[in-house]
Amino acid sequence: MTMDATPMSEALTPRDYKSDIKPVWCPGCGDYSVLGSITTALAELQLQPENVAVVSGIGCSSRIPAYANCYGFHGVHGRSLALGTGLKVARPDLTVLVASGDGDGFSIGGNHFLHACRRNIDLTYIVMDNRVYGMTKGQPSPTTEPDWAESALAPSGTGLRPFHPLVIALASGASFVARAFSGDLLGTAALIAEAIRHEGFSFVEILSPCVTFRPDEREWRNQVHLASVEPTDDPARAARRIMTDDGFNTGVLFSGERPAYSAATSDGPSVDAAYFEKEFEV
Amino acid sequence: MSPASSKETSDRQSIALAINGSGGAGAITAGGMLLKAAARAGLYGLFTRSVGPQIRGGEAAAILRLARMPVDAAADRCDLQIAIDWMNADRFAGELNLGPDSLVVADSDADEAPRVIVDSGARIVTLPIAALAKSIKGGRPNMVALGIAAAVIGLPREALDAEIETTLAGKGVGAITASKAALAAGIDAASEIASAVQLAPAGPAGDKRWIISGNEAAGMGAIRGGVRFVAAYPITPATEILEWMAPALVKAGGSLVQAEDELASINMIIGASYGGVPSLTATSGPGLALMLESLGLAVASEVPIVVVDVMRGGPSTGIPTKSEQSDLNMALHGCHGDAPHIVLAPTSVADCLFTTQWAVHLAEAMQAPAIVLSDQFLGQAKAVIDRPADLAFIANRKIETAPEVGYRRYALTADGVSPMTVPGTPGGQYTADGLEHNPRGTPSTAAGDHSSQLDKRSDKLTGFDYGQHWADIEGEGPLAVITWGSSTGPAREAIGKAREDGLAVKLIALRLLAPSRPEEFAAALEGVERMLVVEQTHSGQFLRHLRAEYGLPRDAAHLCRPGPLNFRAQEILSAIRELQ
Repeated sequence: MTMDATPMSEALTPRDYKSDIKPVWCPGCGDYSVLGSITTALAELQLQPENVAVVSGIGCSSRIPAYANCYGFHGVHGRSLALGTGLKVARPDLTVLVASGDGDGFSIGGNHFLHACRRNIDLTYIVMDNRVYGMTKGQPSPTTEPDWAESALAPSGTGLRPFHPLVIALASGASFVARAFSGDLLGTAALIAEAIRHEGFSFVEILSPCVTFRPDEREWRNQVHLASVEPTDDPARAARRIMTDDGFNTGVLFSGERPAYSAATSDGPSVDAAYFEKEFEV
Repeated sequence: MSPASSKETSDRQSIALAINGSGGAGAITAGGMLLKAAARAGLYGLFTRSVGPQIRGGEAAAILRLARMPVDAAADRCDLQIAIDWMNADRFAGELNLGPDSLVVADSDADEAPRVIVDSGARIVTLPIAALAKSIKGGRPNMVALGIAAAVIGLPREALDAEIETTLAGKGVGAITASKAALAAGIDAASEIASAVQLAPAGPAGDKRWIISGNEAAGMGAIRGGVRFVAAYPITPATEILEWMAPALVKAGGSLVQAEDELASINMIIGASYGGVPSLTATSGPGLALMLESLGLAVASEVPIVVVDVMRGGPSTGIPTKSEQSDLNMALHGCHGDAPHIVLAPTSVADCLFTTQWAVHLAEAMQAPAIVLSDQFLGQAKAVIDRPADLAFIANRKIETAPEVGYRRYALTADGVSPMTVPGTPGGQYTADGLEHNPRGTPSTAAGDHSSQLDKRSDKLTGFDYGQHWADIEGEGPLAVITWGSSTGPAREAIGKAREDGLAVKLIALRLLAPSRPEEFAAALEGVERMLVVEQTHSGQFLRHLRAEYGLPRDAAHLCRPGPLNFRAQEILSAIRELQ
């Protein structure tokens, strides 16, 4: 962004990144704060709203693009990372944020998660994890505890070991891995801003309580704590830390340097279609 | 035997031949060189390869037609088969269709010819193919076979020498000398064979000619149309489109991403196209099935994309290496909800270029997804074609560059197409959505918004002026053959033969399968008394489509069978004769 091309305008504030559309979320939903963290981070970076795209799939958290005053795409269930990848490769000049939830991102969209980490494409992946399917009214998700028995779909609990997104991201090649808590709006905003600045695939898992179907998650505000150690660029150390912490350790848990994905480009000027005729000529 | 065969003694207009052998025998290489040499000598041609199920190696047959006019169909009969050896050669019998007029040249030292070859009644001649190759240092049997083929059909030796020099340029002087010597040995050996299948010398080649496969042509059409982003997952028989486009896109200033699956590839191209870059993916039936949910997203969010489906035998994994037209129902009706989109099909190898380029143009002009239904036969056959004309059909999207305050992305307009902003445009921010929405793009469950947006998305397709390209219509007469896709080539050839017999037959080959063109179709049927519908499916998908969309008479005849064998002109000609 060049500031000298235009007269100095007033600095953008978080409000400049909010749309006038009223969210569909329940009162008390953690996602309100995440929206505030995103707009605060964008204001901190002073990115022009038209140069930012927020892409999502399906679920409560995926409603977020329409609530931001950026370009947005609310796509189909589970495919937001693919859509964001295509947009970023075609338009590397844009800042691309992909927003998702634990069902959208880790269940139906799980394969894209692995491969987006592998590609290390330069976008920021924000997953609002509330350990439940909210939009469909309270079914267990991949991150739900095995003994959570409040769902009619799994009245005895799933009995399944929860998916561990942070360590999966690390193992799959994500170059920035952080955990945040929606109740800490400014702390989360700072992590998102750092994730956007990071070149490569940045994964921010935000614990975002569902007060409607998981009222027990109101307790999270008493459980979260800032990571007591500095971020590491050593994946082995990060893995040990993430695998052994209590799941409420917030902050940047891994920040490595690995070349971000870039599509192959030609050295010379672009050719037009006629150039390719030679290879077919008899 | 066809009555036409009596005049087929010499100076034939077209000739069909095959070179087959076990893995590593070089049959495919020899076939490719023969096609190129024939093209240099001014002939048209069509080259298909048939291989066994092995991943690599195994028996292979190069199947060629060489002709004085463009060819887009398998031959009725194989005139000449050269068997470098007999390894699993019975596998190719169904495709080659040998008969009593056919000539088979086999190696003198090989086992007896397979039963199915002998039973065809073909004349079998043996020559010492392997021994001749062995007598030359570095000589290979496939070059001897190439010499035999050239001699039998009357192709000048110079054309083949030139082709050897080009093809083997990287292999050194020794390889070239050995191959030329083996070629010469084959030509000399074959001079003893009395042949009735000499091809008439080619007329002067007019315009520039190309040798191109349908898959390469589709890629070229995409580039010409302005596609600069491709995301795709490898799948037979569509992969060649991607392999051709990957380096081409880089040179043209675009890019290709190999996606993790087809769900990703279609969403990647939706994202790229939302960003303002014309985008395409290519797949086959199983991949299209995975993509359909997101194709509906492109419909609802009005993002232009092109999906090329190179059809193969189905259902499920089906017959990946063989052609069928059985994805028609899925392409037309596979989406949930009312999801109007464009479905097109090329009518020849060369037309893969035109139709794909047109698809890019239509998708971009109407901000809607377009499916191109090619198939394995068109996609993987290499043809000698006249250089396709340059077309004005390029991506030309209605872009809003200076949006007013309160910009409405899905504004209701006279033609249903609303100017779209691309990211980066100040004041043009909107959220594209698969949820039903109001003109601004805000999610809405209101009945009025749903019906007006459904109308908009439908009207913009039905009200568009597709001009004459909706179908290839050729000839006049009381009889008509109605067909589409790769069935068009053999139908066109059958109609040509029918005309020689004094039957006036009209060809109507649909290129635009959706939306339907009832008025144009009715006009095309004026004066037609009897019609034959030709399609390569088991269940009659095309006939059902025609009956649903157009007023077909009850007595419309139907030639319908599944793959893997392609239609031949003779088969369609017989059905035309029965119309009378």
